[in-house]
Amino acid sequence: MSEIAQSLTLASELIATGDNRLAAIVGLSLQVSLSATLLSCALGIPLGALLAVGRFPGRHALIILFNGLMGLPPVVVGLLVYLLLSRAGPLGELGLLFTPTAMVIAQTVLVMPIIAALTLQVIEDEWHEYREQLRSLGASRLRAGRTLIWNARFSLTTAGLAGFGRAIAEVGAVMIVGGNIDGVTRVMTTTIALETSKGDLPLALALGAILITVVLLVNAVAFFLRQWAEKRWG
Amino acid sequence: MSHWIELRSLRRTEGTVCILSDIELKLGAGKTALIGPNGAGKSTLLRLMHGLLRPDAGSVIWPRPLTQAMVFQRPILLRTTVLANIEYGLKLRGVSARERRKRALSALERVGLSHLVQRQGRRLSGGEQQRIALARVWALEPQVLFLDEPTASLDPLSRHEVERIIGEIAASGTKIVMATHNLGQARRIAEEVLYLEAGRLLEQTPVSEFFHQPRTAAARAFLAEETG
Ligand SMILES: Nc1ncnc2c1ncn2[C@@H]1O[C@H](COP(=O)(O)OP(=O)(O)OP(=O)(O)O)[C@@H](O)[C@H]1O
Ligand SMILES: [Mg+2]
Repeated sequence: MSEIAQSLTLASELIATGDNRLAAIVGLSLQVSLSATLLSCALGIPLGALLAVGRFPGRHALIILFNGLMGLPPVVVGLLVYLLLSRAGPLGELGLLFTPTAMVIAQTVLVMPIIAALTLQVIEDEWHEYREQLRSLGASRLRAGRTLIWNARFSLTTAGLAGFGRAIAEVGAVMIVGGNIDGVTRVMTTTIALETSKGDLPLALALGAILITVVLLVNAVAFFLRQWAEKRWG
Repeated sequence: MSHWIELRSLRRTEGTVCILSDIELKLGAGKTALIGPNGAGKSTLLRLMHGLLRPDAGSVIWPRPLTQAMVFQRPILLRTTVLANIEYGLKLRGVSARERRKRALSALERVGLSHLVQRQGRRLSGGEQQRIALARVWALEPQVLFLDEPTASLDPLSRHEVERIIGEIAASGTKIVMATHNLGQARRIAEEVLYLEAGRLLEQTPVSEFFHQPRTAAARAFLAEETG
């Protein structure tokens, strides 16, 4: 009991003093997951919108695929990206394995389908409501897709936040492709896993507290954004 | 070349149900009211003419290319300002930014809602949104305008205002085809009446004649029912 209490005290000291090592780990976590989320949005939002308003062969198969990929286990994504980037793999030449870039790639593979699937749902509803009106005004399908992305910008921001929440909280993918190298690829979740198994609880607890705060904050932003947008835009 | 739109043996089915059958029709300039009971096929006919639906048989013929627009029963505005909503259709037509602004503001003024220019479109009342939807199509200056029950959910004052706007749009030479359940409105606005029942076009009659002496028994029964 006292050991836990002691660890908690040390953990809060680490946070309060802005410990360098802690700050670096948190910084890398945010950097990797934010990059992956932005990349996922840049790819997933247009893709989801295209699936919602488009008419092309294979559309249904793609919709099923992306909905399925939404539940992809992070370790499996990690494994796949590992195979891709490992020295013998097709992208081995790039030497990206065990770098933050590899982690961004893995999290993008993980999060992009989520963004695409959520966008698909949102834009499908919008398309149902606006389809005739936009066609009547002379919008092509492509143009209508663009217009509806703008029209649904707040719901889509919420989707982006959900994706970020998923990225920052996952361990499996970044552990495998990042290798959890001290000072290079160590992020919050992988450090928590490692330090806990080593019995070094203060750092793990401090990171745990920060991670929970970040996740709660993201959800709070999503919640208030939705309320505000509903009130302002209707 | 006296007519603007021609429908030839037009048929539309939905699954196994025939919604419109054997529609033969020629429409010229002026104001046409489309009336008939619920489910008669009025909205479907407007959508077919406007090109939002394809006929299962027959054809919609435009002898010469005309610009067209439609206002739906429930106005659908984008989540942006009133001004941006009105400018949107002009933008799709490649109208320059300055010209867009000018035309949008002038359309807004004509519907008497200049004071709402920077408000959010979807936050306005139903009647205001309906007038914004009219301003949006007016700014496009279409040669043919389809209206689907444009005053169905409006109070008498807004209805009067919308009727005035429709009258003004028509006065600029735009052909109006308007579905309505309001017989008084059909009488006030239209020059001819199309009477539709159960997917069949039963009459195309000048308005005064229709209301005094409908040609078909079905229309006579409908009028008797509606006017009590
Ligand atoms: N997508 C659809 N699927 C199945 N049936 C449809 C569809 N669209 C219309 N219908 C049917 O076609 C008939 C005509 O519909 P329409 O909306 O054109 O009637 P309307 O004359 O506009 O009626 P109202 O006065 O109630 O607006 C109705 O019986 C309707 O149920
Ligand atoms: Mg209707």
